[in-house]
Amino acid sequence: MAEPIIAIDGITKSFGAFKVLDKLSLQVMPGEKLALIGPSGSGKTTILRILMTLERIDSGHIRIEGEELYHMPKNGSLVAADERHLTRMRQKIGMVFQLFNLFPHMCVLDNVTLAPRLTKGTPREAAEKRAMDLLDMVGMSAKAKAMPAQLSGGQKQRVAIARALALSPKIMLFDEVTSALDPELVEEVLNVMRKLASETDMTMLLVTHEMGFAHDFADRVLFFDRGRIVEEGKPDEIFRNPKQERTQTFLRKIIAAGHRV
Amino acid sequence: MTDWSGYLSLILQGAVVTVQLTVMGSILALLMAFIAGLGRIAPFAVLRWLATAYIEFFRGTSIFVQLFFAYFVLPFAGFTLTPLQAGVLALGLNVGAYAAEVVRGAILSVGKEQYEACIALNLSRWQCMRRVILPQALLVMLPTFGNNAIELLKATSVVSLISLADMTFQANIVRSQTGNTLIPFATILALYFFFAMIIAFAMRALERRMARGLDGVRA
Repeated sequence: MAEPIIAIDGITKSFGAFKVLDKLSLQVMPGEKLALIGPSGSGKTTILRILMTLERIDSGHIRIEGEELYHMPKNGSLVAADERHLTRMRQKIGMVFQLFNLFPHMCVLDNVTLAPRLTKGTPREAAEKRAMDLLDMVGMSAKAKAMPAQLSGGQKQRVAIARALALSPKIMLFDEVTSALDPELVEEVLNVMRKLASETDMTMLLVTHEMGFAHDFADRVLFFDRGRIVEEGKPDEIFRNPKQERTQTFLRKIIAAGHRV
Repeated sequence: MTDWSGYLSLILQGAVVTVQLTVMGSILALLMAFIAGLGRIAPFAVLRWLATAYIEFFRGTSIFVQLFFAYFVLPFAGFTLTPLQAGVLALGLNVGAYAAEVVRGAILSVGKEQYEACIALNLSRWQCMRRVILPQALLVMLPTFGNNAIELLKATSVVSLISLADMTFQANIVRSQTGNTLIPFATILALYFFFAMIIAFAMRALERRMARGLDGVRA
């Protein structure tokens, strides 16, 4: 039996009085593609942000490849992780954001090469060669010298995916990556992600409102509500035959809002 | 009839001193602005405290007093400065305190999402600041830096009070020797304005250059 690549054990997270995650546990196997769905405020995005160390947890444990994310061993006991530990752990994880978060003062190529050059000391030439391969994969190599402001939303998001891939993470987190896009641009980003899912063995966690895509993409779908996983299963079980009432209600609303399943 | 050419060359000699003070004072001010501005948002309380103390002290006391302190009081502590050194020191530290708040404000104006992208790409705090945040913040700072530089230019006239022969000092000499106020002061008025214009144009050109391709941040 293989080890889970991500093991989340009873984590809790509150923003003020609002409990976003409530003793949540979750195990993800290497190479698994997960879709996280649910109403806004249900905690699904917070999970990704916690895994990327953008938010801290209040209690509980997270292990990545068997190693504690927010704790480290020191003199025989576990203490809070320092920046060096976090830096090492982050190498395993990459994230793509809803609003792309490209660096607006750098061209596309520099956006993609910056992190490998700074964090891994990759020489410029090698970093650019790899960046061009990645940009080619997302269909953006022709725009390598363009500035982010000159790109459409879909193009920006494809660059952001290439940028995250440049560090070769084992786990990729996608946070509503098509939510900010015009409808006609959604498909070009989804196509890139399909390609990624089929061509690599990366572990992927996807927060999305694109139910049709979640169905095709995911090995497992998790339905979140009020900081807990209410229901999980294979895409067909969740989408065709949800058992929990809250899942049914949510999916009905989504379909009524015009999202195809 | 007074022969004005000699007097005008006296004023031009003063103009050279004014330009020296402005350029050197601005360099010191810029340096202090970044040190204290970054200090204000540093992760260590000691640094934040030091930066705040510097800023509040130099903003809260008069540049005139600061200058006299640098020139007449520091010698008692064993630091004797030339009038030019004292002038650059007082001007640079004074304007640097104002500009430090500009640096801090500009850095804070860069969106949280840029910091988050840095974390997701595993950049260190310093790499993030240096490569991602500061280049964007600089563009926000430039217009106010232009203001600060012009303020500094105009403040240089206080150094005439420690007998440094800047433009204002020389105009006063000419005035007392010729009894004419209009010509020397109209001349330095025009020169101050001319220098201020150069600063304004230079800043605008720099801003345009840096904003190239950056339409998303600031047109």
